[in-house]
Amino acid sequence: MNIVVCMKQTFDTEAKIALDANGKINKQGVSLIMNPYCEFAVEEALRIKEKHGGEVTVVSVGGPEAQDALRQALAMGADKAVLVDPGMEEVDEFATATILAKAISGMQYDIILGGFRAIDDGSAQVAGRVAEILGLPVVNVVVKLDIEGGKAVATKEIEGGSQVLEVSLPAVFTAQKGLNEPRYPSMKGIMQAKKKPMDKKTLADLGLDAAQVAPKVKVLSYFLPSARAAGKIIPGEPADAARDLVKALREEAKVI
Amino acid sequence: MAKGIWVYVEQRDGKVKKVTYELLSAGRKAADSLGEELCAVLPGKGVAGIAPGLGEYGADKVYVLESDALEQYTTDGYANAVAALAKEKEPSAILMGCTVTGRDLAAQVAQKLGTGLLTDCTDMALENGQLVFTRPIYAGKAFVKAACPEARPVMATIRPNVLAVEGTQAGRTAEVVNVTPNAGDIRQIIKDTVLQVSTRPELTEADIIVSGGRGMKGPENFKILEDLADVLGAAVGASRAAVDAGWKPHSFQVGQTGKTVSPVVYIACGISGAIQHLAGMSSSKCIVAVNKDPEANIFKVADYGIVGDLFEIVPLLTEEFKKIMAS
Ligand SMILES: Cc1cc2nc3c(=O)[nH]c(=O)nc-3n(C[C@H](O)[C@H](O)[C@H](O)COP(=O)(O)OP(=O)(O)OC[C@H]3O[C@@H](n4cnc5c(N)ncnc54)[C@H](O)[C@@H]3O)c2cc1C
Ligand SMILES: Nc1ncnc2c1ncn2[C@@H]1O[C@H](COP(=O)(O)O)[C@@H](O)[C@H]1O
Repeated sequence: MNIVVCMKQTFDTEAKIALDANGKINKQGVSLIMNPYCEFAVEEALRIKEKHGGEVTVVSVGGPEAQDALRQALAMGADKAVLVDPGMEEVDEFATATILAKAISGMQYDIILGGFRAIDDGSAQVAGRVAEILGLPVVNVVVKLDIEGGKAVATKEIEGGSQVLEVSLPAVFTAQKGLNEPRYPSMKGIMQAKKKPMDKKTLADLGLDAAQVAPKVKVLSYFLPSARAAGKIIPGEPADAARDLVKALREEAKVI
Repeated sequence: MAKGIWVYVEQRDGKVKKVTYELLSAGRKAADSLGEELCAVLPGKGVAGIAPGLGEYGADKVYVLESDALEQYTTDGYANAVAALAKEKEPSAILMGCTVTGRDLAAQVAQKLGTGLLTDCTDMALENGQLVFTRPIYAGKAFVKAACPEARPVMATIRPNVLAVEGTQAGRTAEVVNVTPNAGDIRQIIKDTVLQVSTRPELTEADIIVSGGRGMKGPENFKILEDLADVLGAAVGASRAAVDAGWKPHSFQVGQTGKTVSPVVYIACGISGAIQHLAGMSSSKCIVAVNKDPEANIFKVADYGIVGDLFEIVPLLTEEFKKIMAS
C-alpha cells in the first residue's frame, strides 16, 4: 500500500497576524506548525501502513522552511519527504494543486491523503483539485477510513449527520478531526528522521513552466478586522441581571 | 454579453437551504448591475416542483437537472452534472453556499472548469465591473479581498447567514429549463447515511446559538442549554474543551478546528474565549457571555456579559426569554 500525504505548513494557531509595509501578511517571526488537519492525514497514513505495509511519502509545496514540518512527518514515521519550492510570489489553490498533482503523478500511490482544510488561508479545495487532475475519486471530511481488498470504506461528515461511502483505490481522502489522535514523534523517530530522504524540487525539475501554474485568483488587498467594541457587563443580582440582559437584547440590540 | 450568474440550489428532500435564498438575493443585485441573467441550478430527483418558486427570490431561469443518479448528493454525480452544464452555457459566475456539500462540490467543479474558486466568503461586491469577494484568512484574524480577473466562470462559496435575503417578490416565477443531466461515472458508492434527528436548526444556519464550554462541567448539564435553545429556536454548540471531554460530538464544535458560525446572537456559557474559539464565532452579530471569571477573554469580544455562575444564570435567562417570547 503506497500512501502519499499532501502536507502544508501553516502559522501556529496562536500567531498574531499583522500586515507589513506592503500591506501583505507579515510572516516575520511567526512560529510555524504542521497544519493540524494534515497531522490527522499523516497519522492515518502511518496507521494504514502499519496494518497493510507499504511506504508513506509526504509532499509539500512551500519554501525551504516547510522542511521543518516535513521532518516532523518523517519523525512521526513517514518514509520519504518531497518539497517543491515553487519560487513564485503568488500561488493560488489551482497552482498548488497543479504542482502537487505533477509531483505525485511520478510516484506510486494507492491512497492520497490530505487535510480537509488548511487553517491559514486554506480554502478546502487543494486536495479535491489534486484528485480531479489525477482522475481519482475524492472523499472529503473523513472521520473513519477502512482499507480492504483494493477498496476503501470511508465515513464522512455531512450536514446534520454522517455518510458511509465505498470507493475503489486509488483515491483521495481528506481528514477531518475525529479521524484519529496524531502521535507525537518519539526521540528515536526524531533521530531517524534526520537520515530519511528529503527530496527538494523546483518547478523546472517537475517539467512545469510558469504559464501552467499561473494563478487564477488575484489578491487585491489584505485588511485586519476592526476590533469589536467593548461590551457591557450587566451588573446586579443574577435574577436582575438576567432580566436586564434579555431586555437589552430585545430593546437595545433588537436581536431577539 | 456574458452569460449569467449562477446559484447552486442546495436542497435535501425538497427543502431548500436558506443560504440558497441568500445567494439568490445577492446574485440578483449583481446580475442587475452587470446586465446579466440570474440562473438557479437545481440538480436532484423529484425537485422540479421547487423550481418556479425560486423566481420569488430573484432567479430569472432555473436549470432543473432531474435524474435518478442525482437522487442523493454524490461528489462525482453532482460535479459532473454541474460542470457539464457550465461548459455548455459558459456562465460568468457560479455561487454556492459554503456548506459541507457546497465546499465539496465547488472544488471539483472549479478544477473541471480550470477556474479560480474563492471559498468561505463573507461578502461579495461589484468593483469596477468585477465581482470581488471578501474572505477571512488565519481564522478571521485577517481578511483578503480577491477576484478572478480572467478565468471564467469565477466561482465562490459564501458562508450561510452573512448575506441578507431581501427584495423577494411574491408571485414572481422563474423560467424553468429542463436539462438531461450528465452525471457520468459515480465512483463514490453510498453505503449508509445517518442523520441525527434534531428539532433544532443546523449550527451553521441558525440565527441563534447557545454554546457551552468546560464550565458546563459534564454532559448531563447541557440540558439547561438545550432548554434555553428550545425557547429561542436556537442551535446548540460547544467549545473544543467540551468536545474533547466527550460531552458533545465534534459536529457541535465551534472554532478554528470546528465550525465557523455567523448567527445573529451567540450565547457563550462557561467558555473562556480562547483565540481558536473566537475564530469560529467572532463574526456573530451579537455576542453574549456568561462566565464566572470577570477576566475571561470572552468578555473582550462580548457585546453583553453577565459575570456569574452559569448554573444559576442560564435557567433564569430561559425564564426571562420565555416571558418575552410569549409577549
Ligand atoms: C490547534 C488548535 C485548535 C483548536 N481549535 C479549537 C476550536 O475549534 N474550538 C475551540 O473552542 N477551541 C479550540 N482549541 C482549544 C482552545 O485553545 C481552548 O483550549 C478551548 O477553546 C477552551 O475551551 P473552554 O473555553 O470551554 O474551556 P476553558 O478555557 O477551560 O474555559 C472554561 C470557562 O468556563 C468558566 N466557568 C467554569 N465554571 C463556570 C460556571 N459554573 N459558571 C460560569 N462560568 C464557568 C471559566 O471561568 C472558564 O472561563 C484549539 C486549540 C488548538 C491548539
Ligand atoms: N502547499 C501545500 N503543500 C502540500 N499540500 C497542500 C498545500 N496546500 C494545501 N495542501 C493540501 O490540501 C489540504 C487542504 O488545503 P486547502 O485547500 O488550502 O485548505 C491541506 O490540508 C493539504 O493536505
